[in-house]
Amino acid sequence: MLLLMPTLSQNFFEFFGLDRKLIVDTDALQERFYELSRQWHPDRFSRKSAAEQTQALEATAILNDGYRTLRDPVKRAEYLLKEEGFPIGEQRSKDVPPELLEEVFELNMMLEEIKSGDDSSRPQLETAREKFAGMRAGIDTQLQSLFAKYDASESRSETAKQALHEIRGVLNRRRYIENLIRDVNKALQNGNLSN
Amino acid sequence: MGTFQIDFGENRHSKIVGIDLGTTNSLVAWMDLTGPRIMEDPEGQKIVPSIVSLTSKGALIAGTPARELLLTKPDRTVYSVKRLMGRGVADVQEELKLFPFHIAEDSESVIKLNLGGRTFTPPEISAAVLRQLKDNAETALGEPVGQAVITVPAYFNDAQRQATKDAGRLAGREVLRLVNEPTAAALAYGLDKRKEGIIAVYDFGGGTFDISILRLHEGIFEVLATNGDTHLGGDDIDNLLLRIALEDLQTEWGEDLSGDAEGVQRLRRSVIRAKEELSFVPQTKIEFAYKGKSYERAIDRELFDRLIAPVVERTLGPCRACLADAQLAPEKIDEVVLVGGSTRIPLVRAAVERLFKAKPHTELNPDEVVALGAAVQAGILSGDVEDKLLLDVTPLSLGIETMGGVVSKLIHRNSTIPASATEAFTTAVDGQRNVLIHVLQGERELVKDCRSLARFDLKDIAPMPAGMARIEVRFLIDANGILNVTARDARTGQEHSVEVKPSYGLNEEQVEAMIRESFDKAEEDLRERQVREARVEADNILAATEKAKTSDAWTNLDAGERSAVEAAILDLRTVYNSSDHRAINEKTEALNHATQKLAETMMNTAVRGALKGTKVD
Repeated sequence: MLLLMPTLSQNFFEFFGLDRKLIVDTDALQERFYELSRQWHPDRFSRKSAAEQTQALEATAILNDGYRTLRDPVKRAEYLLKEEGFPIGEQRSKDVPPELLEEVFELNMMLEEIKSGDDSSRPQLETAREKFAGMRAGIDTQLQSLFAKYDASESRSETAKQALHEIRGVLNRRRYIENLIRDVNKALQNGNLSN
Repeated sequence: MGTFQIDFGENRHSKIVGIDLGTTNSLVAWMDLTGPRIMEDPEGQKIVPSIVSLTSKGALIAGTPARELLLTKPDRTVYSVKRLMGRGVADVQEELKLFPFHIAEDSESVIKLNLGGRTFTPPEISAAVLRQLKDNAETALGEPVGQAVITVPAYFNDAQRQATKDAGRLAGREVLRLVNEPTAAALAYGLDKRKEGIIAVYDFGGGTFDISILRLHEGIFEVLATNGDTHLGGDDIDNLLLRIALEDLQTEWGEDLSGDAEGVQRLRRSVIRAKEELSFVPQTKIEFAYKGKSYERAIDRELFDRLIAPVVERTLGPCRACLADAQLAPEKIDEVVLVGGSTRIPLVRAAVERLFKAKPHTELNPDEVVALGAAVQAGILSGDVEDKLLLDVTPLSLGIETMGGVVSKLIHRNSTIPASATEAFTTAVDGQRNVLIHVLQGERELVKDCRSLARFDLKDIAPMPAGMARIEVRFLIDANGILNVTARDARTGQEHSVEVKPSYGLNEEQVEAMIRESFDKAEEDLRERQVREARVEADNILAATEKAKTSDAWTNLDAGERSAVEAAILDLRTVYNSSDHRAINEKTEALNHATQKLAETMMNTAVRGALKGTKVD
């Protein structure tokens, strides 16, 4: 007997039996993930036929991929954007958000200095890191309210599209800032090592 | 062979064993009604040293007998071969300075070891250890064991995992699952009694170091993150002590022992003994006697700690990275489990305690806990253990080479496995028939800094203008942490053929060939043994007959009987050197028959003699 298993064609929301909403109860998601793992994990099928084993492997791969995507607010939003036909351009994330131009310019100077072994800009870099982390936290709050806006709107309505459009913009900004934080962390770490 | 595959459910009851295939030692365990148990060999030994030797008769032997040969036949004996699994020659240059591996000339992407003039790949060597464990298990259980769970370091990459799986196949077993060592330890630890919580498993073995952080939730063991170093273990500590001892000998004896394989092996044993003692006593001596000379050096724990501090420190970087990946502060770790012989060292325990701010668990023997966990996993697979489930992760990110030698990541490290990613590929020029995909593992940005895994060739693409073809490639990491690649033509929906060229390790054909060869060899070995046994029988009867010919009984036979015996002797001598054991047995039997009368006569004479003797007295 073959179990009724999810297929590749299902999207992650359907797979977990969730509505296509951006705010997700992650505790409930985790419970569901464990429950489905108990059912479909390949370990449960090692005495079954080859066909069932393959099916279990495929189903669990989707289960894991889906859980990874849905439990993380940013990945979840990116996934829904893609599903709704709002692909996130790779190029866009490299554009400096205009309001950050000046700060990014200064930051790059500091990064260059610390790379060349000049450690004097370390305190400034640390301040910059805190500042960007603060920005990221602000963006996350902003995302939450946009998520709520999307969830409250009718599916595929103009309001929904408008919300997704805004979310895409905010996500690109977030990714940009995330990369800045990563660069600063890396520079500070390397500086530590050379000390 | 067979056309129909009918499941009679026979497999349902066949035993699955759990194997810890370690750098230094290996063990096999299974689940009995009371829980996981380590199996002993007929002499009551649990540990099978991961040492393999080629005997003068050409057979590979493993375990304790091979360990003795490490001293007397170092050129035919190999240890710590796990360090070479799934690696190329360029990867192991550091190893070669410290370990007496005899690498064969033509090694490149697959290392070949030279043992007594023959070459073997690391999976073939490991297969010999696995065969020994299988023998032990079958003797202990009294039934054949065809399936096994084998543990690997969590930080093993795809090639190292594949090499381990190949070793299992070469040993004639189906490897049902590769399980990460720290995860296995967590299963074994009985920490499942604790329903909820975060645990860290610090696994410092003979040649590898792993750290894994798990969340336990109602029987689910979910690995949150793992990290490690597949080049760091107790061996490295031994080498530090060994270097000091060699320097001392240079000064005291005025000779460089490092080129003397037997001497180095014996010295290594001496420093290991001292190292092990220092875990229990504050000071000890390295004692060494060789070729009539002796050496002694006092060593206390303070000096030892200073010496090994850098090695211990190297384990802490991966621990911190693992905590960061799990997004946990050290205080969030509820329990810490220690695995591997090196965790007996007090400095190691202190470092772990300091980092995780928790007193580590040491109730189970750190040498056995991994094998016990492998047996639990075997129980999960057989269906005997229903309330537990392991959700493990892939330790390294998987990516493909893109323009400019940059790696584009498809599956990130610490993703729960099985995990998958799908990418669409197309052609760059009109009429292009092949697309080559280069898959890599690692965290760095550039191809040159990552580990090449394999090249996949999408072949026989229908000729069409550039950019028109659309082939969807699915990268799937299975529950063993091994990559599977399938391709599909997105327009027709048809499966597309993929040719795999592993960058390191053996390809499918090579493994098949080795399996065939090992079968051939097994037959050859059996034939040779039968011939040898037949000759032993022949020797016995020939010797007995020659002796009888000097007795009175021989002269009492008539001429016809004597010549019949002579003819039978000649017949046997004629076939004696042939490789046909049946012919030898047949002629032995014939001689036995021809000497029947002679034997009887001798017996009667002997009895008469004995009776006569009693009369005299």
